[in-house]
Amino acid sequence: MSTTSVLFDAPGPRARVRNGLLTVVSIIAVGAVLYGIYRGFDAKGQWEGRIWEPFIRWETWDVYIIPGLIGTLRAAAVAAVLALVFGAVFGLARLSDHAWIRVPAGLVVEVFRAIPLLLLIFFIFYLLPTVMGGGDYAFIAVVLGLTLYNGSVLAEVVRAGVLSVPKGQSEAAYAVGMRKNQVMRLVLLPQAVTAMMPAIVSQLVVLLKDTALGYIIAYVDLLNTGFKILPAAFFGSLIPAAIVIGVIYVALNMALSAFATWLEKRSRRSRKTAAPPVAPPGPAAVPMGPATPGRTALEGME
Amino acid sequence: MDELIQYGPFLAEGFLENIKLALVAGVISLIFGTVLVSMRVSPTPVLRAAGTIYVNVVRNTPLTLVLAFSALGLSDTLGLTFSTVPRVNSFWVVGLGLAAYTSAFVCEALRSGINTVPLGQAEAARSIGLTFMQSLTLIILPQAFRSVIAPLGSVMIAMIKNTTVATAGGYLADAAANMKEVFDTTGASIPIFLGIVLAFMAVTLPVGYFTGWLARRLAVVR
Amino acid sequence: MRFRRLSAAVGAAGLLVAGLAACGGDKTYATVLEKVQDGGTVVVGTKWDQPSLGLKKGAEPEGFDVDVAKAVLKEMNGGKDVQITWKESASSNREPFLQNGTVDIIFATYSITEARKQKVTFGGPYVVAHQDVMVRGNDTSISTPQDLKGKRICKAAGSNSYKRITDPPPDGQLDLDAQLVDAANYSECVQKLQGNNLDAVTTDDLILAGFAKQAAASGGQFKVLGQPFTDEKYGVGLKKGDTKTCEAVNAAIKKLWDNGTMKQLQEKWFGGIQGLKLTESAPPAEGCA
Repeated sequence: MSTTSVLFDAPGPRARVRNGLLTVVSIIAVGAVLYGIYRGFDAKGQWEGRIWEPFIRWETWDVYIIPGLIGTLRAAAVAAVLALVFGAVFGLARLSDHAWIRVPAGLVVEVFRAIPLLLLIFFIFYLLPTVMGGGDYAFIAVVLGLTLYNGSVLAEVVRAGVLSVPKGQSEAAYAVGMRKNQVMRLVLLPQAVTAMMPAIVSQLVVLLKDTALGYIIAYVDLLNTGFKILPAAFFGSLIPAAIVIGVIYVALNMALSAFATWLEKRSRRSRKTAAPPVAPPGPAAVPMGPATPGRTALEGME
Repeated sequence: MDELIQYGPFLAEGFLENIKLALVAGVISLIFGTVLVSMRVSPTPVLRAAGTIYVNVVRNTPLTLVLAFSALGLSDTLGLTFSTVPRVNSFWVVGLGLAAYTSAFVCEALRSGINTVPLGQAEAARSIGLTFMQSLTLIILPQAFRSVIAPLGSVMIAMIKNTTVATAGGYLADAAANMKEVFDTTGASIPIFLGIVLAFMAVTLPVGYFTGWLARRLAVVR
Repeated sequence: MRFRRLSAAVGAAGLLVAGLAACGGDKTYATVLEKVQDGGTVVVGTKWDQPSLGLKKGAEPEGFDVDVAKAVLKEMNGGKDVQITWKESASSNREPFLQNGTVDIIFATYSITEARKQKVTFGGPYVVAHQDVMVRGNDTSISTPQDLKGKRICKAAGSNSYKRITDPPPDGQLDLDAQLVDAANYSECVQKLQGNNLDAVTTDDLILAGFAKQAAASGGQFKVLGQPFTDEKYGVGLKKGDTKTCEAVNAAIKKLWDNGTMKQLQEKWFGGIQGLKLTESAPPAEGCA
């Protein structure tokens, strides 16, 4: 089941004493670190009631945090839908039998996976006005940047998902006289979607987290209202604001991650698919088959 | 094209900072990630819990915020200073923040690598009397490292790209900050953007191929 | 089954894109002045994070710039209130926002400079601020800007105020050897000043006064040196070439000075702050170009 039990024996009497000692020592060590942080913050007056007080007032949430949260969720939701579409289209395009579709699609996917997302968002933000004239492009720049990057990663997920369906499935489908389109639509994709689900959701966690990059181009998101404007309105509340905003992000992402874990368990139990769960392909040009370890490792990086 | 030539040196200077940050963060995150994974598989429940909490919290926080914490919390409040020159200090603070973030992913990569080491290896190690630390450092981790070279490569590539978020940690000297400064005067310039993108690809693609090659070469044959 | 759900999602996304594209079908005006006088909703850019100048509090920002914006627009509309949408315009976004038409008009501590005049048409100035220095209340080692030599001063992203200290003319002024500490914005600068992570924040006195006043209200202690060494003519940012609106803005500003509104607004936001010299009479208009 877990690796931990393999690395050490069931403890005997001496080992149990040693483990007990180690536990005490590590409690002290962890406690000392936490206490050191507490004291350090205390020395600078960061636990003062005055600078935390704004967070128990409803107006603070109403004026700053909730509008920002809505901005974050709005960008994440639109970008998620568009990225899924982008991923589906380009993922399938990469599986095309026609080289003139497959090669350009592969190029697009590889390039957008290699560009640092922040640079992409910057560039779109500055480029759009010169191409499309006036307007407020912060939202579109964030959404488009997130779509292109995460869509490219999702394209790889889709491709890996379809490839992970055992060959026999498509062979059998062709054997009963289905067309290429039917094989993909009726046999491969339904099974692939089940296998892809956890990887897709964990990529959506990445997407949600990356909306925070919009802060740097002044998109009105949680980080902007909560971490830039709120501390300006309440003198000294910068660190409390960072902590509160951090807790909100962690809670949001953990909820989504928990959903991903639940989906993974469910899809593992499910007998509807012949494909093993797909690993998220990671943020860059490292080819990884479904058998490569490290799928959990890449969840949420960047 | 003219803009790229005119601002090239300025942007290259920024890009060099990204590379330096990546080197610092890469080394520290590998070390710290290994420590974290040892905690996560250790026989001591407290250490396991501490490692798990760290990884889950850091992994679910936007990097922007992690870097802000590193600058405001670690450096400004807790007084962690690396240098009296503010610029140099910011560099190390951002590097450390990036390493703190990346090490959570390194830890998870290694942990999944440990999962691939067959049970028999650990059992054999124990049966010849190796302690936990011995079996971890002599038997398990060397094999785990080999099997996670490719995923670690991906983590490192993501980290290299993440150096562009340095602005959030108060380090305004990297390629992204410089690009923004140039764009503020010239407007969006496609040559400049492509130049920086190509520079990043020139680093990330070889890292990807090298780790891929290394992974195949060092793969443990089972 | 699953695939049908997927295609439904694709369809929904298509609609969403169509919806996004359909936005922005507003009536178009040749100048902001026309928009104001036609009863259109004007998008006004202000700072949202600068106490006493433009600070988001509740649904609207509040502060000196915000009040001036309201008064000027009302004057332009012949004394009738104008519908306003407030939009945050950080220092680094001001020019692109005007060029892109994201905002119609900007009142955001916007100093008129030759470089900016290339990209922006400025109405005003409506007030003159001066670069000054703010230090901790108990710091006696800095009493003139020249004392900043070897000290740690703040460099806020997108602001050039630090150059006046560290660079020689024409870009700068004092050419002192000060150490720069990077920060994302001025409130972070002030936080770092409070925490002794830097020694001085230097920028326009009105901005510093806003922070000092806010800090004093909640136990912080900062002092503004009161030794101004530049003139920062705060202008009204307009899209390059919109001289019609610019003329109207200048007329409105003159009126507001003549009837005492400007003085009154300065008193309201910056009254009683030590060391701060307020603008006494209407600064000469720069002319629209």
